[in-house]
Amino acid sequence: MKNKLSHFAIPYVVWMALFVVAPIIMVVVYAFSAAEGGFTLANFARMGTYTVVFTRSFKLAIIATLVCLLIGYPVSYMMSKEGPRFQRIAMVLIMLPMWMNFLLRTYSWMSILENNGLLNQLFQKIGLIALYNSIFGTDIQFFRMMNTQGAVVLGMVYNYLPFMILPIYSVIVKLDNSLIEAARDLGADTFNVFRRVILPLSLPGVLSGITMVFVPSVSTFAISKMLGGGTEMMLGDLIEQQFLGGAYNPQLGAAISLVMMIIVVVCMVVMNRFGEGEEQAVML
Amino acid sequence: MSKELIRLRDLCMAYDNEPVLNNINLYINDKEFLTLLGPSGCGKTTTLRIIGGFVTPTSGDVLFDGVRINDVPPYRRQINTVFQKYALFPHLNVFENIAFGLRMQRRPDPSDPTGKKQVKIPEEEIRERVMEMLEVINLKGFEHRKPDALSGGQQQRVAIARALVNRPKVLLLDEPLGALDLKLRKDMQIELKRIQQQVGITFIYVTHDQEEALTMSDTIVVMDKGSIQQIGTPEDIYNEPKNAFVADFIGESNIIDGVMVRDRVVKMYGREFPCLDGGFAENEPVDVVIRPEDIDIVPVEQGQLTGTVTNVTFKGMQYDIIVDFRGFKWLIQTTDHSPVGARIGIKIDPDGIHVMKKSSYSGMFGDYSSFSEEYDELDDASLALDEEESEDEE
Repeated sequence: MKNKLSHFAIPYVVWMALFVVAPIIMVVVYAFSAAEGGFTLANFARMGTYTVVFTRSFKLAIIATLVCLLIGYPVSYMMSKEGPRFQRIAMVLIMLPMWMNFLLRTYSWMSILENNGLLNQLFQKIGLIALYNSIFGTDIQFFRMMNTQGAVVLGMVYNYLPFMILPIYSVIVKLDNSLIEAARDLGADTFNVFRRVILPLSLPGVLSGITMVFVPSVSTFAISKMLGGGTEMMLGDLIEQQFLGGAYNPQLGAAISLVMMIIVVVCMVVMNRFGEGEEQAVML
Repeated sequence: MSKELIRLRDLCMAYDNEPVLNNINLYINDKEFLTLLGPSGCGKTTTLRIIGGFVTPTSGDVLFDGVRINDVPPYRRQINTVFQKYALFPHLNVFENIAFGLRMQRRPDPSDPTGKKQVKIPEEEIRERVMEMLEVINLKGFEHRKPDALSGGQQQRVAIARALVNRPKVLLLDEPLGALDLKLRKDMQIELKRIQQQVGITFIYVTHDQEEALTMSDTIVVMDKGSIQQIGTPEDIYNEPKNAFVADFIGESNIIDGVMVRDRVVKMYGREFPCLDGGFAENEPVDVVIRPEDIDIVPVEQGQLTGTVTNVTFKGMQYDIIVDFRGFKWLIQTTDHSPVGARIGIKIDPDGIHVMKKSSYSGMFGDYSSFSEEYDELDDASLALDEEESEDEE
């Protein structure tokens, strides 16, 4: 179909070709080539050594996504039930941390979670650590919170929670109130109104929220590096090392990226199948 | 005479101290088709929502079968609602939409002697009842469609089926035909009446469309400004309007100041007219309603009144003629053509004259002098709208 406006799309097409399609092609080419050139599958064969990193990455990303969902859904739901003034303020509060630099926010968590950081000082003050020692017969000075998987998950949840809340909230707030009244009229109590009307109709928002939290979580390297202290290496760190770090091997890095990309895409497709029949999830 | 099912007693409702309903007293019989009719903002939808349980009245009682149900939530009432915009569940197909209410229901287990155990309705029965309902609304074969794959009229019928499948004692309908085009609306009016007679339950219908109300109702309740103006059969409401508001709202009417000289004689324009009304004080000022179709045009010398034709509009079945009687313009509907500027006489039979007591609405509706201008304004409005639209396109 010829549209007289179609030439306005040309810059976008060029942009996409340059910055989306070309890099993907380069990743594919690199993944299948040896360091000295020529086709090889050796990069994929070497990946077996890193299975533990793959599992850890997906495990932490899944946990972070679930936690975001468990916090994000009720928050979105309750927010949508409040007045417009409350909704505006809540929205600003949710967005506020995002106006600050991502690294800065994560650094501040470091100083909160450190062995003699804010949280441990607080625990000391209120006697929580003494209480713990007297109960368990231990003699610790602080809780070790930094450089744990828990800290990494916390960092992910903190950074990506708004991406879960926003899509869910925007779907719920647009729900037609007469649908809820209709369900009540037809004999549904509060629980059934939620389960049979609100929940299925908000599924598109949930799916795009999951996508928007899971994808950056599984590929993050800054959070795991800063809060995990390098001991909890994730896929992002591994890839970074291949390109910038001491283990310089861009071919292997490309292969890992490719595999990760494929796994993520497969996950997303399967999940969207799940929500099929509902409106298609908004992939952002 | 059928028995009373719902009674509204001294019902008042206010939002933010702004009264929307004042002392509504009304009873509704079993198997009746009752219409709440009035302009927007008259309180008819609020009344319906109170009966449905979505709104709690500020004061007064709602009785169902003699039991007060003010605080009973909607899902425990034997009442179902058809919403203005249908409110079909977009994620469920037609079958599941209709089955929704049945899946929510629990009833005593027949195999449990104590009768305390509650069970779901078995799947076969749900299937049977949904299919039966699809037949009633003539949508067999549509059960797997999603609502957005249905036309407005079909969605409407699914919404009715979804409510009726629960076998409620009362069905509430909130302007259900508002979104349909004229032809479909006429068909659905007949369809609704048929469905009501077939299932044999009470319908409470809210509309601002007087013609819809006259076509379908057993009883019409005319409302304005949160109060009931008149309750009666369509014939009563049309032929014997209680005040100028009802006369003006239902059909076209010429409302003229008059004086009741004595029983069965009313004086207008200084002339006495025989009529059928009585029971007024001697020389009591009254409003006189004369329907446009009750006026006969006769030669000037035979007329009870004479006037000048100022406007003629061809309406297909009849002409709408505006006639000036000493500065007060009447609307007359006639099959005979009279040219603009002609002097004509008119004759009104005694049963064409309806005398009403003066009310707060007296003198509010004026004459038909703005008749032609009204059309002009409408034209202007649609013109302005067109311009706006074309601007949007650019």
